Amino acid sequence: MRAELLAFLRAYFAEQSVIEVDPPLLASNSVTDINIESIGAQAMGQSCFLQTSPEFFMKRLLASGAGDIYSLGKVFREAEQGSRHNPEFTMLEWYRLNWDEFQLIAEVERLVFGTYKAIQNTQIPLSRISYGDCFEQTLGIDPHGAKLSALQSLAEKKGYPQWGSETRANCLDLLFSELIESQLTEGLVTVYDYPACQAALAQTHQDAKGRLVSRRFESFLNGMELANGYFELTDAEQLLQRFKQDIEQRQKANKLAMNIDPKFHEAMREGLPSCSGVALGVDRLLMQLTDAKSITEVIAFPWDRC
Amino acid sequence: MGNYSTNEFRSGLKVMLDGDPCSILENEFVKPGKGQAFNRVKLRNLKTGRVLEKTFKSGESIEGADVLDMDMQYLYEDGDFWYFMEPDTFEQHQASETAIGDAKLWLKEQDICMVTLYNGAPLSVTPPTHVELEIVETDPGLRGDTAQGGSKPARLVTGATVKVPLFLDQGDVIKVDTRTAEYQGRVKD
Repeated sequence: MRAELLAFLRAYFAEQSVIEVDPPLLASNSVTDINIESIGAQAMGQSCFLQTSPEFFMKRLLASGAGDIYSLGKVFREAEQGSRHNPEFTMLEWYRLNWDEFQLIAEVERLVFGTYKAIQNTQIPLSRISYGDCFEQTLGIDPHGAKLSALQSLAEKKGYPQWGSETRANCLDLLFSELIESQLTEGLVTVYDYPACQAALAQTHQDAKGRLVSRRFESFLNGMELANGYFELTDAEQLLQRFKQDIEQRQKANKLAMNIDPKFHEAMREGLPSCSGVALGVDRLLMQLTDAKSITEVIAFPWDRC
Repeated sequence: MGNYSTNEFRSGLKVMLDGDPCSILENEFVKPGKGQAFNRVKLRNLKTGRVLEKTFKSGESIEGADVLDMDMQYLYEDGDFWYFMEPDTFEQHQASETAIGDAKLWLKEQDICMVTLYNGAPLSVTPPTHVELEIVETDPGLRGDTAQGGSKPARLVTGATVKVPLFLDQGDVIKVDTRTAEYQGRVKD
């Protein structure tokens, strides 16, 4: 079924005139993201990294005028292994020029819906909800406006006492993962307007209630995180600020220091065109299509057997 | 005891949680793509037997518990304590009624049990999976009724009551699965 799915995805993008690109897996730099660890390697006498996503190379291509592009290939993340994680996995990532996040959400929905139709001949329900509404409906709290202490005590009250002094982003991740994710309805649910503190490389804006939120979304398939997308931040100076924040946070958390990729930053200064981009976990989509309980059921050679 | 980080968590590992020794049953890795990684851990409190679920931030560490599982021979009981002996050193340990728990229903002298020691003292006792015990009280056996049919309660020499087939009699020795308290078969001597 993996072959069938990969063929379906490629056919979809060919039909949409989105060009497949083949970015490198091995590069001299990698992401600065606080919660993503790169796997180090040695090549040509220097230390380098296996890529955790094709994002930086794809954005360099976009900056040089590549147009709508997608990549379907392997990525690597250190210390991620579990029923939904394997350190090497297959990621589908694509970018659409001059689209905002909602146009891209609609395409994620068409693609996943179409996959089920083509491979399983079933129809799955599609829905959207804002991050704020998720929290208000399930926990009765506004995740954007609530004081940090309120989120911390909620995390504690839910039976996780060691969370009383965590950061805002970590408290929100805990509450979302442990209390909200399992409550999401069946089918594909897309959560949009993520908190500003979890903007990553997405733009921010004021939501309908005037709160500062990020233009980032995530799609969950039957309660399992499947895709993460942004209306991309294109301002090179703001990007630089985000990277510097990452690096500071990594220092505070005693994590491996990562450098800002100078080639990527140069490309951003030349100008990333207005676009939205999303990354989708292909192994997870396969898990859902086959009702697999563990990612190891859809990967022929998971890490423990490599 | 040393500390264990979440990436060393595996089932069977004994750790301290809120002052009680616990055994890890399951450890699930949870991570939002861009977010903080967690370990959703199921543990059994070894004092109370209760199963609890805790979510740790990945990379956090907790104190190990000085808990040791050891095979020991059951010697005797004196009403207050049950006595066990390490087969190699002949060192004896006394287990309280709390530590013995339901295991007392299955203890036959000389049987080898698994004794869980916490800070050197018995915390719990696991009887052998299968024990052979004599029936001391049951309704008279029905000859010839050896095939299917009903069952009847039988009291064993240790005080446990199990359901046995109708053909068994007082004085018969039977094999019992201590995990389920189910009759396994008759032991012919």
